[in-house]
Amino acid sequence: MQAAGQCGRRLAALALATAALAVAPRGDAAEYAAIPAGSLASVLAGDADAGPARIDAFAMRTRPVTNAEFLAFVTGERKWRRARVPAIFADGSYLNRWRGPTALGENAKTDQPVVSVSWFAAQAFCEAEGGRLPTWQEWEYVAAADATHRDARSDPAWRARILAWYSHPSGALLQPVGGEPNTYGVRDMHGLVWEWVDDFNSLLVSVDSRDQGDPDKLQFCGAGAISLKDRDNYAVLMRVALLSSLGAADTTNNLGFRCVRPGAGENK
Amino acid sequence: MRPSGTSAFPPCWRLALIILACVGAAAGGGGAAAATAGRPLPASSLYQLEVPLTDQNGLGFQLDARRGQPLLITMFYSSCQFACPRIMDALKRTQAGLTPAERSRVPVLAVTFDPARDDVAALKGVIDGHRLDTASWTLARTDPANVRKLAAALRIKYRALADGDFNHTSVLILLDADGRVAGKTFTIGAVDPVFVRLLKKTLAQADK
Repeated sequence: MQAAGQCGRRLAALALATAALAVAPRGDAAEYAAIPAGSLASVLAGDADAGPARIDAFAMRTRPVTNAEFLAFVTGERKWRRARVPAIFADGSYLNRWRGPTALGENAKTDQPVVSVSWFAAQAFCEAEGGRLPTWQEWEYVAAADATHRDARSDPAWRARILAWYSHPSGALLQPVGGEPNTYGVRDMHGLVWEWVDDFNSLLVSVDSRDQGDPDKLQFCGAGAISLKDRDNYAVLMRVALLSSLGAADTTNNLGFRCVRPGAGENK
Repeated sequence: MRPSGTSAFPPCWRLALIILACVGAAAGGGGAAAATAGRPLPASSLYQLEVPLTDQNGLGFQLDARRGQPLLITMFYSSCQFACPRIMDALKRTQAGLTPAERSRVPVLAVTFDPARDDVAALKGVIDGHRLDTASWTLARTDPANVRKLAAALRIKYRALADGDFNHTSVLILLDADGRVAGKTFTIGAVDPVFVRLLKKTLAQADK
């Protein structure tokens, strides 16, 4: 009985220690910007047909998650280290720029955005930070802003500036996070990395609408797949096309993420 | 297999493990769980995912409680008028391609995209409406974040529409006894003979 009691106490102590680890701040707390509620005319026709989407207030990380921040996460959460993560959660190139499972090295600077992370790993990071990945609509809503307008998408100069980034080769050296803020105070929505969204697997892009006619080939219940409406907004449509092609364990060397927290007033 | 009689765990941990093993055996239901007890899960197993589910009778279970025998898994929602009834029919016809003995060894699990409307009563209504045999069929629900994770792991896409419908991939997926995807079919308008053959082969392998 004494052994069992001791065991119970040790297990309880372990549980407490684990709980403390889970809520311990990791160095500097991440900065989130308050995003007020509003409406969004999405580039995705399926959404636009139903009228503008209502976006509730939320808070968004002002910068993409960095290598240093992700290193702190995997240092505390062994199951998300490169050598341990099961294949169903991350493919073979997970964190492959890092020197080791808990070491960054030359090719992964502390203030560069973390890339080569899977959707599952990104979601786990955000959950550990008390949030989640942004939905596509939340991401698109914030990405529509420039330095002074909430929706700059009809400005040809804004479009040209963003589109210019997509012509850079993706193998080029990643810049550190911390570009110019938009009107919400959020940085790097364009021009640095591609980003995971919570509902990446809701982007049912059909390359050929003729696929929808044959009932034996029917994959999508209800209405047909999204067709891309705003064809001038190539920059955002390219993101949709990329995300819709990915599986949740996939990683690429220019795909990172940032987190959101639901509700207003969580700016800190 | 760990050799019996030796253990890498201190006594305290052994006690915890025994408790866990008992809970696992109770949930898994006898022989199936015993066959896989102690073996680590394959890295590609769906059962790496921790998804708490509730069935049509309101009983809670973990996804990985299904480990130990093959499983047919799909996702659906009950208010769907077109593709989902076809998924149910395709599953029934696929089962009909098996012998009764084979059929009893491939349970079916269908998880809803729509936990907001598909409560336990709605799931029960689908069981009754489609006359699904609960000896092999389980309809289940979980919270929205876990719906997203389960679908992501199964490479199923879905999207809520403004009118309450969902766009979604219609697919039947066969898991082996350890939760690895053995195969899938997108054919839901008719029985897919290749898929039925795969089912029989996977069952034969599970006997070994």
